[in-house]
Amino acid sequence: MFKMRVIPCLDVKDGRVVKGINFVDLRDAGDPVEAAVAYDAAGADELCFLDINATHENRGTMMDVVRRTAEACFMPLTVGGGVRTIDDIKALLRAGADKVSINSAAVANREFVKQAAEKFGEQCIVVAIDAKRVKRGGGGERWEIFTHGGRNSTGIDAVEFAQEVVSLGAGEILLTSMDRDGTRSGFDIPLTQAVADSINVPVIASGGVGNLDHLVEGIKSGHATAVLAASIFHFGEFTIREAKDHMVRAGLPMRLDP
Amino acid sequence: MSVAIIDYGSGNLHSAAKAFERAARGMEVPEKVIVTRDPETVYRADRIVLPGVGAFADCRKGLDALDGMVDAMTEAVRNKARPFLGICVGMQLMATRGKEHVTTEGLNWIEGDVVKITPREENFKIPHMGWNTLDMVREHPVLERLPLGPKGRHAYFVHSYHLNAVNEADVLASADYGGAVTAIVGRDTMIGTQFHPEKSQRFGLALISNFLKWKP
Repeated sequence: MFKMRVIPCLDVKDGRVVKGINFVDLRDAGDPVEAAVAYDAAGADELCFLDINATHENRGTMMDVVRRTAEACFMPLTVGGGVRTIDDIKALLRAGADKVSINSAAVANREFVKQAAEKFGEQCIVVAIDAKRVKRGGGGERWEIFTHGGRNSTGIDAVEFAQEVVSLGAGEILLTSMDRDGTRSGFDIPLTQAVADSINVPVIASGGVGNLDHLVEGIKSGHATAVLAASIFHFGEFTIREAKDHMVRAGLPMRLDP
Repeated sequence: MSVAIIDYGSGNLHSAAKAFERAARGMEVPEKVIVTRDPETVYRADRIVLPGVGAFADCRKGLDALDGMVDAMTEAVRNKARPFLGICVGMQLMATRGKEHVTTEGLNWIEGDVVKITPREENFKIPHMGWNTLDMVREHPVLERLPLGPKGRHAYFVHSYHLNAVNEADVLASADYGGAVTAIVGRDTMIGTQFHPEKSQRFGLALISNFLKWKP
């Protein structure tokens, strides 16, 4: 039976995990590779690395992290942050990433999604969408795409954008609510559901997880097939196994392999 | 003993090589893992692995770009009966044809076309992306002692197309994704997995170990 996924996400800056990982005894809580090994052992279904200050100059640092992770972990890895060219994708995949996530480059140039999917296959092209609720004239609401960590509005409708990038070859959507990110108040369920129901590729719900019920809601009400969280796992509040056991109790199909 | 992993410019070569190195270290007779673009090295290897991530046509083009590689593989596998493992698109390339966007000739080792998966219900998203259990159709040494079935272990899939084999006997295992998806094919000395053993944690490493021990 096909299972839903729990994906811990690590923000990486200059080859170091931002804020560190505190749930197990690590020699170096800031080393993304050690954190990856710990999550591999804990039964995470995938891992996500986000290079939060990716520049041309520090690209090599992230490649090294990906390479070392692939040597130590035999689990799926998605890498995002600063992916702008076909060569960026090629280098990340060769280093050991299974999927790459494209964010602002997809907003700036939709053709890039198409080129990437044709070259590497749709299955490894994730488009990361950062969306925020905006008031429309007349009192209605919609979600718009924001870039640069939620500071820059693009005026692009998130649901329409998701449909468009999927038609161009995106194989998965990593959907983050900028309103909920960091609030611990749960996913933006109407956003997640609106996007998930409008496209036929998997959606990873992201932004706002504060407890285990939130993970269940992301799948049951948001119709995502994967949930991404950071702090509830990194700071040892819940283990991956506790999260999955909770989701199983809520009736969701989860992988509990030892 | 040596296992040659063919480097034809496709995707996750590094992960595949590392997983084979890890599995090989646990063997009684350690196997040397060689990542190579050289047809002669592939021809001389004791085992051959064709990994693959990407689009069928692009992967086929990459393989053809290595002068003499397809001949060396075919000779080694079909005439010298060397054990062969194809992974993901590497498995799909064993088919007669690929029908991803365009029709592309495969190696024609397993009769059948690589076609889009078509789940019965629309709540099954495409790609089939994530962990699924495997249903054994036919026993095989490479599947020995692996916990399969609905309560068994999981394998990691990422694909939108699968190998629709003409001969049922070529299918060793399937996965249920709103209908049967071909998960493992095999005949003679070759085997292919649609999922990624190199990304399937302990289960995947156990399958790779079985492949390294396999003496067809």
